[in-house]
Parts: sequence; structure tokens; C-alpha cells
Amino acid sequence: MRFLLACLLALICAAPLRAETAAEILTANAALVQKASRQTIAPVIDALGASGDPTAAAVLEAWANKGLGIRKADGQFFLITANADGYALTDLAGAPAGQAAKSDITELKPNAGVRGMIATALVQFTLSDPDTLKRAAALESIAKDPKPEALAPLRAAITNEPDATLKTQKQRLERLLTLRFDPDSAARIAAINSFGADLGLDLRGALNPLLATTKLASATPPTANIARELKPGRDLTETEAYDLMVSANLAPARLTVEAQRTALIANLQNGEVGGVSFADLNTQAARDRAYTALEAAGTVPQAATDDEATAALKAHHFYDIYTEPDPAVTTAASAALKSIGHKVAAMQAADLALDGLSLASIYFLAAIGLAITFGVMGVINMAHGEFITMGAYTGYVVQLYVPNYTASILIALPLAFAVTFAAGVAMERLIIRHLYKRPLETLLATFGISIALQQILKNVFGTQARPLTSPAWLDGALTLNDVVSISYIRIAIFVLALLFLTFFLWLMKRTRLGLEVRAVTQNPTMAASMGINPDRINMLTFGLGSGIAGIAGVAIGLFAKVTSELGTDYIVQSFMTVVVGGVGNIWGALAGATMIGGLQKMIEFLNPSNTLAAQTYMILFIILFIQFRPRGIIALKGRAAGD
Amino acid sequence: MTRSFILRTPSLLIFLICLALFTIAVTLAAHYGLISTSFVKTLGKTLCLCLAALAMDLIWGYAGILSLGHMAFFALGGYMIGMWLMYARTEEIVITSLANSGLPATPEEIQQGIASQIFGVVGASDLPAIWSFAHSLPLQLALVVALPGLLALIFGWLAFRSRVTGVYLSILTQAMTLALALYLFQNDSGLRGNNGLSGLQNLPGLDAVSQDSISLWFFWASAAALALAYLTLSWIVSGKFGSVIRAIRDDEARVRFLGYSVEGYKLFVFTLTAVIVALAGALYYPQAGIINPAELAPIASIYLAVWVAIGGRGRLYGAVIGAAVVSLLSSWFTGGRAPSIPLGFATINWVDWWQVLLGAAFVCVTLFAPKGIGGLFDHFTGLHTPDRKGAPLGPDQGSLQEKEAIE
Repeated sequence: MRFLLACLLALICAAPLRAETAAEILTANAALVQKASRQTIAPVIDALGASGDPTAAAVLEAWANKGLGIRKADGQFFLITANADGYALTDLAGAPAGQAAKSDITELKPNAGVRGMIATALVQFTLSDPDTLKRAAALESIAKDPKPEALAPLRAAITNEPDATLKTQKQRLERLLTLRFDPDSAARIAAINSFGADLGLDLRGALNPLLATTKLASATPPTANIARELKPGRDLTETEAYDLMVSANLAPARLTVEAQRTALIANLQNGEVGGVSFADLNTQAARDRAYTALEAAGTVPQAATDDEATAALKAHHFYDIYTEPDPAVTTAASAALKSIGHKVAAMQAADLALDGLSLASIYFLAAIGLAITFGVMGVINMAHGEFITMGAYTGYVVQLYVPNYTASILIALPLAFAVTFAAGVAMERLIIRHLYKRPLETLLATFGISIALQQILKNVFGTQARPLTSPAWLDGALTLNDVVSISYIRIAIFVLALLFLTFFLWLMKRTRLGLEVRAVTQNPTMAASMGINPDRINMLTFGLGSGIAGIAGVAIGLFAKVTSELGTDYIVQSFMTVVVGGVGNIWGALAGATMIGGLQKMIEFLNPSNTLAAQTYMILFIILFIQFRPRGIIALKGRAAGD
Repeated sequence: MTRSFILRTPSLLIFLICLALFTIAVTLAAHYGLISTSFVKTLGKTLCLCLAALAMDLIWGYAGILSLGHMAFFALGGYMIGMWLMYARTEEIVITSLANSGLPATPEEIQQGIASQIFGVVGASDLPAIWSFAHSLPLQLALVVALPGLLALIFGWLAFRSRVTGVYLSILTQAMTLALALYLFQNDSGLRGNNGLSGLQNLPGLDAVSQDSISLWFFWASAAALALAYLTLSWIVSGKFGSVIRAIRDDEARVRFLGYSVEGYKLFVFTLTAVIVALAGALYYPQAGIINPAELAPIASIYLAVWVAIGGRGRLYGAVIGAAVVSLLSSWFTGGRAPSIPLGFATINWVDWWQVLLGAAFVCVTLFAPKGIGGLFDHFTGLHTPDRKGAPLGPDQGSLQEKEAIE
């Protein structure tokens, strides 16, 4: 018996990784396990994973969670659980093995890198776990960090998968792994082609690394998988090309300014270097002269001059080399990516259109109140932005008292209308009606109100942003695929904008009030002589415009930060919308909002890193646009146009 | 009409004497240490703001064009002079530090050192093309005038050519300053993004001179510029040119039918005021020490209009009084030196409530005293307006109302 054991031990020592049970593997590699590091431990973990021992999963899990220990006396491994007296021991097969004092046991504390490797190894066990959630989590972890080792266990786990969704996921993941890691190139190409022009981000994530390239300088054409040849001066700068040659040891380094000055300072003798006096060294040409003299004297190493560098560049070729060696795979991958690219571009255009539309509806919502006060009445209301802010704060205050978000929004909308309607009417009665003949003065007076209101709001609500939370059913986004998605809040705002458009049209065209408003707009004196009270109509119109600003405030507050400066961000845009669209016409406001919103998104798309630049160009465009259509897109004709 | 120019405009002499007395008083007070250096700077800055308000009064009070973008020219002037100040100052520092490095510095090294010193904060190390003239004071001084002047010329030509008037022009000018501010806020605009230019109070080559003297020099320069501008503008508005632009304010169409080139006059006034404002900015920012794109925010230009309105538009001294009173009051209130008013249930802390007061005062001035503070002088001199039954002087949006007209 002893002899047999000894033989076994010898066998284990000779080929430690071919051990059968988890316990044996660990014992055989005890030293490695105790000082586990990311670089060295891989064979042990792989062996545990491949052992087929049913306890391996539990052992690995315990190891990762600091639940594995070594008894110092005999070097045996145990699963350990800390308790009052030290550790409760369980042997690796799962049977209780008594109790040990803390000092008798060395607890294994794998570092983060090792824990990560253990987690990867555990994946193959969890892929077949009876718990559906655990299987899904395992799939996700493979997808996040694809590794060649995961391919085999994944394939093994597909056939027995009971859950249909998970099975499709597994199959997709298997194909993704195949196209990257399968040794057979035909299988990889088949996997690539099987996707067609799939839009999934995971597919592009898998294909892109296949097409990763490195730049290479070489005198003769290399045997590697060449993506394309690079011409210095066209595809890469000459400096880059030369640096490439230097790093490949094909040419000596170019002389840098720093190296030159160090060398010159080192060779300073009797107030001159290489025959050039110290005081003359204040130009680059003189320094070059001095260095060349030193080179000739042999005191400094040779460094490439510009001529030499040019000649060297001529003698070499530069290539983009695929890291993937198989040309068939790279061809298939680039073809697949190209067809995906076309589809993605189309989808992005659709997404851009949706974005533009949603921005347009926000601008429309912010501008519609202004279209009434400015467009219909000709009154510039600089405090319009503050009315928007007041609406947003009304929503915030309502949410303080009504905890149910859906109910609070439903209360806030009419309440915001009421608050800003009252504010608008008060402002019209007290100030604006005295200034109807003096539009510039109205602008300044309402600006006075604007700064006062803004400061009052700041004093009351503080400078920090207040939350205005949208109901849960507005969270999330409507996702059509990985490219096109739109958040529900934006859809809601779009619907709200449509509602207001309909409401406004109905009010102006179908009601008595609308008729009177139009009459007063066109000719107040005549309207008055027909029995319409222009004062009352002006008051109501102004109140209506302000009230709509309040509702817009609630809507904007749902996605923007509610601060006292909320309205200021929208006021200039709103004026632009009305002016560009054409004053005095709701369709003009709509057209203006669509144009500004769409254009802004387009400029942002062309220059995505810089939204500030987008706004700048937008305003410049508007200034130029006014040149060609001074009265806006939809200009009123005839008497209603005034002057 | 044979009386001399001085006699025809008595306010000019009074104003110049007042300004001279004020300058002497401040100089003496600063000399004997009665007022601090920072207060001298505040006064100097206020004089620059008065200068800007003077230009605003010419374009709004006299020509009836409410521009809400003139502070953009103010800031541009500041940026132009700031570029030279920063460049020259950094050059001194770089040369000093390179002198210890073993070899005499080459021009390239100096250039590189300056660029990385100035643009390190925005992660760039090359000097953008717009800094090409920054090494030379005369060129950069020419740019103080040329760049805002050119911008105003192009913008004004585009706007007046297509007959953009009234509130539309106001909104368009506001959009212009907003666009410029947004552009300058970018880090790659070449003017250090939202860091702006700083350290402008240190004049290159004048390390030995204390800030006390420098602040007085700038105070004198500001006072001289204000006096000169006042003199020029009074001369302009008292002549035929003044009559034409007032006529444009009150009834633009009639002036056009009389054969005057309304657009030409407007464009001249717009560009001239832009240049004056830019000069004011070039004097202001070396005293302020720092300039950043926030100075171009549309609100700044609106404040300029507020000063002129409170002081009394359509008269030059009104603009100066308005700018001086409001900006000094503003710095007094927001500086936390104004005593708080306890109301029992709440305390009115003026740092928080000053803006409310300003807004309310502004509304009241617009409604009840369109002549502003300047109207008080009419009251004391017994000058009364003819009774025109409340009719405006002209049909245009910028025209003065009956209550405001005195001339």
C-alpha cells in the first residue's frame, strides 16, 4: 500500500497537472497555491477546472472567498469557516473534519488578479448550473471578457440548455467566440458570415479586434497579413514613419533639441563649442554647426541629419499589418463590418432624425408661449424664461407634498399653468399695458422683472439643483436596436408638444376667444369698436402665453436640472425659434423649432466632441439666415404683417 | 447758431470740470493714503464702464438702436490687449528661466516656452495663429480697434442691409454676443477657453513699479479717455450728424425718403460705438486683472442698457451718471458692506436681494421716469417739455416719447 502511494506521489510530482482530484492537485502544487500570483497560477487553476472532480467548483469558490486553508502540521488543504475558537474545518470532499486553532491554519488570501482567474474558471461550472439566473450571469461574464478557454465549456453547455432564450444566447455567444478563437479558419469564416449585417454591438466588438493593425517599417515586403501599404507624407507623417524605423532598429535616432543641448553643454570648453562661441549659440543653425563640428571630431555620437533621414525613408516601405495572421478571416471580417457599417449609418440617420425631432419639440414647447406673447401681441417678454423656471419649481414643490410621482405630475401641470397664468396677468396689468407702444421699453422692463424674479427664486430655493422626478413609467427608453433608441420622456414631450399645437390651433380657429384675439392683433381700434374689449383680450392672451411657459417648465424640469437659471438657457433659443420661424404664426414657431432642433443635432453629429461649437455655428447660421428671410420661414403677408 | 460749440453745449464744460476735479481729488486721496489701491482700481474701472455707457447712449439714446451686444466688443478689446500683456509677461518669465539652462536661448525655444506656459492649462503647447501679433504692442493695440471695428462693420452691414430693426435687431445682437461667448468657452478657441486670460494687472517691464502707481496711471488714462470721448461725442451729436441720427431714431422712413443713406449712418454709429467700447474694454481689463468668456454673456450687455436707461438716455451726461451710480451701488451692495435689514420674520441680506432691488428700480424707471436720473436736471433748471398730449415724437420703435424729449 505504502509503495503504491509512493508511486502515485512520484507520478504526481513528475506530472503534477495530470492529477485527478482537486485535493491532489492542490497538494501537488501547494507551494504555488500558497504564493499564488497572476503569472504563475494559471496551470493550477486550469487543472482544477479540467479535472472533472465534482468538488472542484466548491474548492475554487472557497479559494476565491478566502475559505481555503492549509493545516501547517501536515500541509493538508481544508475548507475553513472562521468561528469563535478559530476555524471549523471541512475536508475537500465536504465531510466535517473537526476544529483547529487559528495559529494552526494558514488562510489562503488570493489577490484580485488570481480571484479574477478563479472566477473565469468557475464560469464553466456555472454554465450548467441548475439556477437559470446563475447561468445567465455566467454567460454575461463570458461575453464581457471573451477568452479562448471559454469556447469548449460553452459548446458543451449548449445542448443540455432547457431555457430557450438562454439557449439562443449561448448559441450566439458560441458563434462570437468561434469567429475569434476557433483554430479552424473555415469555421471562423462560417461564423462571421452567419451573422450577415447584424447590428449587435457585441458582434462589432468581436469583429473589430480581428481587424486591429500595427504599423511596420521594413526594407523588403513582409510575409505577414498586410492590410495596406502606407506612404510617408500621405498616410502617416514623415516623423511618424521615421520613428517607426527607429523603434524597429532600422535607423539611428534623430537628434532631438534636448539631446543636442545636453551634448553641447557637456562639450563647452573655453567659452566655445566646436569652434562656435558660446554667445552665438542662440540660433538653431549655430547649434547645428557646432554639433556637426563635434561629430566630425568624434566627441559625440552620430545622429541622423535631415538628409540621411529622407534617404532612409525612401529605402523602406511601411505597412499596416493585421495582428490576425489569416487573410481569409480578415477579408471576411472587413466585408462583414462594411455591410454592417452601411446599415448602421442608415440607422444612425434615423436616430439623428429622432433626436432632432425630440429637441425640436422641446424648443417648440419652450417657444410656443413666446410665439403667443411675442408673435401675436408683439410684446417682448424677457421674463419668459423665468416663467419656465417657475413652472419647473411648481412641479418640485408639488412633489414635496405629493409623494406619488404620477399623481404629482398630473397635479403639477395644471397648477403650473395657474401659477404662471396669474403671474403673467399680473405683469400685463401692472407693467406691460403701459408700454404697448414702446416695444424696446417693454424688453427692458421685462428684463428688470426677469433679473428680480430669478434672484427671488434663487433666494427661495437656493442655488443647488432641485430634483423633479419623473414617474417610473417614463423611465427607460424605447430601444429598437443597438443604434436607434429614444427615451420615454422625450416621447412624452413630443406628445405634449403635439397636444399643445392642436390645443392652440383649436383655440385660435374654433373659439370665440381666438376670434377676438385675432381681431385685436390685426387692428385693436377696429376690434374695440366692434364691442371687443382689447384690454381684456390682451390680458388673457398674455396670461395664456405665460401659462403655457409654466407647463413647458414642468416638462423641461423632468429631464433638465431645476435651478433658477433653467429658463435662461432656453430664452435666447426660444426667441431664435420664433424669429427664424416667422413672427405671429404658430406654424412658423413649429417650422423654426424643427429647423433649429434638427440643425443643432446635425452639427453636433458632425462635430460630436463639442456641443459649444455646435451652438456657436447654430447662432451664426441663424444670423445669416435672417439675411435671406428677414421675416422668418413663414412670413405673414398683407396688413397683418404690420408696418 | 453763431454761438461757439462750448456755449451751445454748457453741459460739456460742467462735465469736464467735474471730471477734472474728481480726478484730482482721487489722486490726492490716493497720495495721502485715504483710499486703498483696490478702490482706485474700482473707480478706474467705473470710469471705463462710463465710457462704454457713453457709447451705448450714442447708439441707443441718439440713434434708437438698442444693441444688446456691445459688451462683446468691450470684452474683445480686453482680450486683444490681454493677449499682449500675457504674452509679454510670459516672455519675461520664460527668458529668465531659460537663462539658467546652460546655453543662450534660441528664438524657437522661447516661443515654445511661452506657448507651453500659456496653453498648458488647456492641454495645448502650440501658439494658435491668432496669437501671431501678440509679441508686438503696436500691432495688438491696432487690433484692439480693428477687430471689434471689423466685427461690428460686418455684423452691422449684414443686419442693416436686410433692414433688421427694433426688437429683432436687439435679439440678433444678443445672439451675436452669445455665439461669441460660447465660441470662446471652448478650449480650442485659442484664447484659453473658460480660464480666460489672467495676470493682466502686471505690466511687462514694470516689475519695479508698485500697483499703487499703476492703478493711478490707469485711473488717469481712463479719465482722459472718458473726457476725450465725451468731447468727441458732444461734438458729433451737436452737429448735423447728430440731427440726422436723432431723426432716424424718431422716424426712419421719413429720413430715408429725404434722401439720406439711413443704413450708412446706422453702420457708422454702430461701428464707432463698437470701437469706443472696445477701447474702454482695453482700459478696463488691465485694471480688473482677469478676463474670461463669462464677460461676454448677454446679461452684461443688458446691464449696459440698464445703466443708460437709469441715467437717462438721449443725453451724454445721463449715461455717465447712470453707469457710475449703478455700478458703484452694485459693488457696494454685492460687496457685503451694505447693512442688512432685519424684518422680524426674515432678514434682508443685500448680497441676495440687491438684484431684486435693481430689477424693481429698473421697472419703475421705465414706467414712471423715462428720463432717468438726468430728468432731475431738467426739473431743477426749469426745463419743461411741450404738451403734445402724450404722442411719441416719431412712429419708430426706438423713438423717444413725449416725456423724454427735451431738445
